Amino acid sequence: MAASRVTANEIFLNIKQIPTRYPKALCLFRQISTSRPHYDQQPEPKSKSASQPLVGVVGLEIHAQINSNTKLFSGSPVRFSAPPNSLVSFFDASLPGTLPMLNRRCVEAAVMTGLALNCTINKKSYFDRKHYFYADLPAGYQITQQRRPIAVDGVLTYSYFGGKKRSQMIRKSVQIKQIQLEQDSGKSLHDDDRSQTLIDLNRAGVGLMELVMEPDMKSGEEAAAAVRELQLILQALGTCQGNMSEGQLRVDANVSVHRPGEPLGIRTEVKNINSIRYLARAIDYEILRQIDAVQSGRAVQNETRAYDSKSGETVPMREKEGLQDYRFMPEPNLPALIVYEDNASLPTGIDPSQAVVVQKIKDRLPELPGVKRDRLVQTYGILPEHSFTLVNEDGLMEYFETLMKTTQREPRKVIGWVTNELLGHLKQRDMSVSQSPISPAHLAELLKLQETGRISSSAAKQVFQEMWRSGGKTAWQIVQEQELGLVHDSAQLHSICQKVVDSHPDEVHAVRNGNKKVLNKLIGLVQKETKGRADPVLVKEILQQMTQ
Amino acid sequence: EWLLVVWLKIYTENKPHLIISNLVDKLERLALVDFRTKQGLECLEKAIRFADQLHVVDTTGIEPMDSVLEDRALYLREDTAVDGGCAEELLKLSRKTVEEYFVVPPGNIPLPKKEERSSMLKHSEL
Repeated sequence: MAASRVTANEIFLNIKQIPTRYPKALCLFRQISTSRPHYDQQPEPKSKSASQPLVGVVGLEIHAQINSNTKLFSGSPVRFSAPPNSLVSFFDASLPGTLPMLNRRCVEAAVMTGLALNCTINKKSYFDRKHYFYADLPAGYQITQQRRPIAVDGVLTYSYFGGKKRSQMIRKSVQIKQIQLEQDSGKSLHDDDRSQTLIDLNRAGVGLMELVMEPDMKSGEEAAAAVRELQLILQALGTCQGNMSEGQLRVDANVSVHRPGEPLGIRTEVKNINSIRYLARAIDYEILRQIDAVQSGRAVQNETRAYDSKSGETVPMREKEGLQDYRFMPEPNLPALIVYEDNASLPTGIDPSQAVVVQKIKDRLPELPGVKRDRLVQTYGILPEHSFTLVNEDGLMEYFETLMKTTQREPRKVIGWVTNELLGHLKQRDMSVSQSPISPAHLAELLKLQETGRISSSAAKQVFQEMWRSGGKTAWQIVQEQELGLVHDSAQLHSICQKVVDSHPDEVHAVRNGNKKVLNKLIGLVQKETKGRADPVLVKEILQQMTQ
Repeated sequence: EWLLVVWLKIYTENKPHLIISNLVDKLERLALVDFRTKQGLECLEKAIRFADQLHVVDTTGIEPMDSVLEDRALYLREDTAVDGGCAEELLKLSRKTVEEYFVVPPGNIPLPKKEERSSMLKHSEL
C-alpha cells in the first residue's frame, strides 16, 4: 500500500494545477469524502518548554434505533428478540427485484428529533448508497443520507455536577452537525471454534437516526452528560427508547488530544461502549493513553479501538483493509424526500398520508426535559440543581410529585429527603426508584411525624433506615417499637436536666461566666441520657434557665 | 468514482502505465471485478475517453440532476407490519445454515495479492 500512498500524494500535489484546466474536477473532489474532518499529522515534536497542558477533544457519533413498528424500507416488524431471521422480508435479504419503500413514521421521528435539537430541517433531502462488503449487509451497500441529510445544524444543551466538590451545576452545549436516516445492519455471531460466523438479519434494515456531534467536548464526564440528556430527550419524544444495553442507542467516540490553540491531534475511534458509565470511562482512559503517548514522543495512530469493560482499557480492534472507499452514489430507486413546512405549502390535491408537515410535528412536541426542569423550579420553588437530579433519575420526578400531593410540608424541606436520603440509599444498592421499599405515602407519614414534633430530625433519619430495612412497616410503627418518639414531658426533661447540671458543676460555672459553647455540651449530655429523644428546643430552654 | 476517472485521465496523458496498475488494483478490490488483462485496460481507457465528453458541456449555474425520478413523489408507507415471517423460505437459499442462522466465513476474506491471483485465475473456470 506504500506505493499507492506515494501516488496519492503526487496526485494531491498535482491537483493544484487542475483548476485552470479542469475546473469541475475540483468540485467533484469535494463531493467524494473518503476521509473525515480530522487530518493525519506527523507525531508531535518534543517541545523544549512545557507550554499548555494537553487536553482531550471528544466528538460523538450516535446511532439511535427508531422506535417504529416496522423497518425503514420494508414492512418487516421491529422487535428486540425473535427467532433468528423471522423478521426478514425479501427486501431485507436483498433478493433481486425488491425495492425500498420508505416508512413515514421514520421520517416523522427524524423530523421530531431534529426539531427537539434545534436543527434546521432540510425540506429536500436525498438518499445515497454507501458500499462495503460484509456478510451482515446483504445488499453490499447501506442506504443512508450522505449528501443532504434530513436535519442539520442543531444544538444540544446539557448539564452536569462539576467543580471541586461536584456540587456546582455546569451548563454546556454541543453542536449537532447533522441527523440522517439510515439502515441498520444484521447481527453477526462469531463462532471461532468452527471458524464460521452466523448471520441473523432481523436487525437488517431497521431505521436508524445517525446523530453527528462536533468535537466540542473535552472529557468522558461531558460526553456522558450529553448522551444522558439526549437519552432523556429521545425517550420524552418517543422516537427512540434509548436503551444502550439493548443496542437501541449506540455511541462511538472520536478522541484526540492537543494543546489549546494548536491544530487537532490524530484521532482514534472508540467502539463497543454499552452504557453511559462505560462511555465516560472509555473516553477518559483513551485521553490519558494518548496524552501518555504524546508526552513519551510516540505517535498516536489513526485507528479503531474497542473498549474492554473488564479491564477498563481500550484495545486496538481487528484492522480494516486500509482506507475504506465507500463509493457513495445516489440511491437510484428513491426520489428526493420532501417534507412540507406547513399546511399552506402543501401542493393541491395531495393525499394527507403522503405529506409530512413540519409544523404539525412541531405542535405535537411533548414536554422536553429542559422545560420539565424549569417547570419544577417554577411550581415548587426548588433549586435548579434539585430539579436536574429529579429529571435525571428515572421515576424520581414522579415520586417527588406524588409525595408533594400527600404532604403539607414545603417542597424545599421535602426535596432533601428525596434527592439525598432516598436517592442515596437507592444508589448505594444500585436500585431504581421503582424498586424503592419506601413508597411516597409512607415517606409522607414520616415527614408528618417530624413536622408535628413527634420525632427529632436525627430520629427521623433513623426511622427512615429502619423503614428501608423492614420494607413495609410504617413510620409510626417503628417509632413506637423503638421508642423513638420525642419526649416533650417537661417534668421528665426537667429532672434529667437537673441531674446533668448537678453532676457537672464546672461546665455550669463556665456557662455562668459567659462561655455559651459549653451549654451545647450540656445539651449533648441530656440527649445522651434520653437517647436523643429529648425535644431539643425544650432542653435548651430548661438548661439556659438552670444555668443563669 | 468520477474523481478516479479524472485522475486516471491525467495520468494516462502524463505518466507511465505502472502507476495506473496500482489504481486498477484498488478498483478491482472495491468492485471485485477482474480487468487486469491488456484488453481490460484498453477497455478501461476507452471508457474514460468516452466519459470525458461530459467536460464538453458547460454546466455552470445549473442544478445537477441526481435521479431520473426527479419529478416523482417519494411514496411514504404506513408503519404497519405486512412482511417477514418467511425464515424457512429464505434459509433454503443458503448453501449452509445452522439453526435458522445463515452461515458465512469468519470476517471478510481479503482478495489475494496480484501475484497469487494470476496463478489462481489460471486454474479457474473463467
